[in-house]
Amino acid sequence: MKKIYVKEEVCIGCKLCEVYCITSHSKYKDVLKAFKFESITPTPKIVVEENGPLSFSLQCRHCDDAPCVKACITGAMQKDPLTGIVTCNTDKCVGCWTCILTCGFGAILRDEKNKVASKCDLCADTGEPACVKNCPNDALVYSEGGIKA
Amino acid sequence: MLKEGQVRIPSGCAISGMMDQTGAVFTGQKIADSIATMHDRSNGLGGGFASYGIYPEFKDHYAFHIFYNDLQSRQETEEYLKANFVVAFEEKIPTRKIPQITNAPLIYRYFALPKLEKLNDTELTDDDFIVKFVFDVNIKIKGAYIFSSGKNMGVFKAVGYPEDVAEFFKLESYSGYIWTAHGRFPTNTPGWWGGAHPFNLLNISVVHNGELSSYDTNRKYLEEFGYVCTLQTDTEVVAYIFDLLLRKQKLPINLVCKVIASPLWDQIDRMSPKEKALYSSLKIIYSKALLNGPFSIIVTFEDGFVAINDRIKLRPLTAAQNGDMIYVASEESAIREVCKNPEKIWIPRGGEPVVAKLKQTNTNEIYESKEVTA
Amino acid sequence: MSLNYLTPEFKVIRDYDLCINCKVCMRQCANEVHSYDEQLYKMVADDFKCVNCQRCVVMCPTHALTIINHPQDFRQHANWSYDTIRDIYRQAETGAVLLTAMGNDKPYPIYWDKMVVNASQVTNPSIDPLREPMELRVYIGRKPDKIELDENLNVKTQMPPQLKLEVPILFSAMSYGSISYNAHASLSRAAEKLGICYNTGEGGLHKDFRKYGKNTIVQVASGRFGVNREYLNTAAAVEIKIGQGAKPGIGGHLPGEKVSEDVSETRMIPVGSDAISPAPHHDIYSIEDLSQLIFSLKEATDYKKPVGVKIAAVNNVAAIASGIARAGADYIAIDGFRGGTGAAPKRIRDNVGIPIEFAIASVDSRLRSEGIRHTVSLIASGSIRNSADIIKAIALGADAVYIGSAALIALGCHMCQKCNTGKCNWGIATQDPYLVKRLNPEIGYKRLVNLVTAWGHEIKEMLGGMGINDIESLKGNRLMLRGIGMTQKELDILGILAAGE
Repeated sequence: MKKIYVKEEVCIGCKLCEVYCITSHSKYKDVLKAFKFESITPTPKIVVEENGPLSFSLQCRHCDDAPCVKACITGAMQKDPLTGIVTCNTDKCVGCWTCILTCGFGAILRDEKNKVASKCDLCADTGEPACVKNCPNDALVYSEGGIKA
Repeated sequence: MLKEGQVRIPSGCAISGMMDQTGAVFTGQKIADSIATMHDRSNGLGGGFASYGIYPEFKDHYAFHIFYNDLQSRQETEEYLKANFVVAFEEKIPTRKIPQITNAPLIYRYFALPKLEKLNDTELTDDDFIVKFVFDVNIKIKGAYIFSSGKNMGVFKAVGYPEDVAEFFKLESYSGYIWTAHGRFPTNTPGWWGGAHPFNLLNISVVHNGELSSYDTNRKYLEEFGYVCTLQTDTEVVAYIFDLLLRKQKLPINLVCKVIASPLWDQIDRMSPKEKALYSSLKIIYSKALLNGPFSIIVTFEDGFVAINDRIKLRPLTAAQNGDMIYVASEESAIREVCKNPEKIWIPRGGEPVVAKLKQTNTNEIYESKEVTA
Repeated sequence: MSLNYLTPEFKVIRDYDLCINCKVCMRQCANEVHSYDEQLYKMVADDFKCVNCQRCVVMCPTHALTIINHPQDFRQHANWSYDTIRDIYRQAETGAVLLTAMGNDKPYPIYWDKMVVNASQVTNPSIDPLREPMELRVYIGRKPDKIELDENLNVKTQMPPQLKLEVPILFSAMSYGSISYNAHASLSRAAEKLGICYNTGEGGLHKDFRKYGKNTIVQVASGRFGVNREYLNTAAAVEIKIGQGAKPGIGGHLPGEKVSEDVSETRMIPVGSDAISPAPHHDIYSIEDLSQLIFSLKEATDYKKPVGVKIAAVNNVAAIASGIARAGADYIAIDGFRGGTGAAPKRIRDNVGIPIEFAIASVDSRLRSEGIRHTVSLIASGSIRNSADIIKAIALGADAVYIGSAALIALGCHMCQKCNTGKCNWGIATQDPYLVKRLNPEIGYKRLVNLVTAWGHEIKEMLGGMGINDIESLKGNRLMLRGIGMTQKELDILGILAAGE
């Protein structure tokens, strides 16, 4: 499946990926309105990790054998058998954070305001992940077989 | 108004050339008939002819054809001439008074050989001595202009339509084995006879239809080798390039053609190693001798002529062969006028030379089969 | 500390209706202009620190930022301008030479913009480059007087080494140290893709870029940084750098803090040591010394590579160029007084040297009059801004041009003229690993390829318009130029006619 890969050597830590992730998952899909007008500002579903000059944007890896899906106590976390995308149904999520404990990548975030798990869904409804589309330095690649592809 | 040489004048033209490759001579009537067909390619502001083999009785002497504006320039030139040359024969070039040709200057010819002591003094070859003499007269003597300086050949030119120029100079009374002709369509004119074509230096004469976009580059390249371009005409530049490459540097004529209308790098990159070495060296060394822009030219020597177009054929040129006769002209009509049914008639491609040569001097070298297309 | 008389040069205007507090501006500014005020719950800016590089402006996702020249000015005075007074304040405070970067920013006449180009009408057809072949390839190097052939038409002439360029454009000398690894990565890769050359500058050749040797000109400058046998032989050509348009007559200084481990290895100097390029080469005190260095380098490279000499355009440039040609150089690079730099004393950058337009014309004329023009190639530089400048440079007599600032601008440079601080927010003129990453060579090389390709197209269009289908036929073709608004003396030096003549 197509996944998001990161070239950390050109990730500049600007965090525009987070900004556009929030926008993409907002009601208005507009950067200004997402931040200014939405009553509860959404948590990004990705996070930029930094250590010195090294930085990279971290997204869910959509593992084949996803531990978070197995661990989910309510069945909110599901892997689509067709697309392979792992999503969290926030209507079912109860905020037990078990998925976060099991994720080896630390790719699932806490949406404290809504008390649900917040994770990357590859912007499945728009076709191309917003973080990839808006990375100013082409540090993110959405591809089938890694960054060389 | 500025005279040619003080200003550059673009012009369109008609050209025609013919040669009997056996060396048999024929009169100027034929070339006059040919060029007259293309009357509307010129505008009456310049016409001329070059002919080879016309002076058999003085074939070893340099034949100088000179225009004089006045007696004083004639006197000055003749003094200078006679100080440096032994003159075997001199006369006013016979002309026929016709209403179409007006404002004729004094036109003289001299058959001369350089004085041995002068040659020794200057340590120049005969040819270089002549070149220096021609430049000296044309630049330094006001009102004098040497427009022909080869052996057993001569240029005849004037301000007028070419067919009138032929009548004026009585060309039907001359017989040569090569004739070329030119009808000029300058976009303005100083009405100066020297500005008409052909352009001649030693045995090289050039008729040219075109406008060299590379003129200034070519001129500066030539200046590095000591040439002085006094006329600011493309034809002059063409003649000097042939003089430099052919006479001084002894490049075979076909290769000279590959300099002035060089193959493209794309083509060279695909050649065999030997050809690649040859053509890339030529192109690198002589890049500034490339004639760029539209042209069709006939460059004539004592033993033949070469007619060639620019690389992408932006001007017309047709060639024909009938037995030992080779014809080239701007338009097919000019050939058909004097040779109804040639054995072969073709339109040479851009950069592909048409070579006419006296029979005994044929060579067979690799470039013969080489065809360059744009 | 006493009072600092300086006022901010620029003002950061933030539209708070648009600001979403995403802090991208803060993270992107190496000068620390932007910050988030926890008490005010909003982003604030320190105008004093702003250099107007516009990184924040471009990166802001809501376009909330505008940088303007600060409206605070002194009382109007035509003579004592804002800049003049500021400079005095700065020097009165520091006692130091004023440093700056990039090219001369003073309003000298730009002669490129006083020249116009010819086109064909009626008597000569223009050529459509989309339909007809159009040749831009040039060879840089000494050309023999004539070709020598044997009877089988084998070439006997020993062709002097030539540098093949598919377009008459090269990337100027910019050293690793003055610009970043990623900038060099972009330049070298673009040069390879374009079939042209980039120039290492005087900072040596990083081992990662040896693979681009065929597209590399290596420099031998007064500091001799990074010069060894492998360096010389890896390259396509060797260039002796005598001078640079931005700072003729003076040397260079790369501060120790920019000499990182990688730079140290490449330059062959200790980490953290200042890299001093002396003003003269201490083995070249005259023209005959230069000749010896040229031939030393030819010996070292087996006479297989062109050896060129780069000089700044100064008063006597024509005579100097003639000397260099006779000293055996295969090409001469001349850098005009608007040429860029990574760091130069401001007074020198702004006041020393002559415009490249005059330098090309006078050098070309001089070499021609001496009959040695074909023995040497001429590369012009010093603010070639677009393809029309190239056309004009070549028509005046250059064989090719170096582009430096234009290449950096393609990579993102916004001409803030602060290269010397090492805080280039665009990742170009810096060694800071946080900043270098901002220039992605994958993007950078494509932008350079695009720029040169676009200029190539434009050059072809203009050549076609002139009825020329080979760039060689434009060289020294000054009849293709006309001058506008120049004095007769200026026209004479340029060797061109006035428009209408």
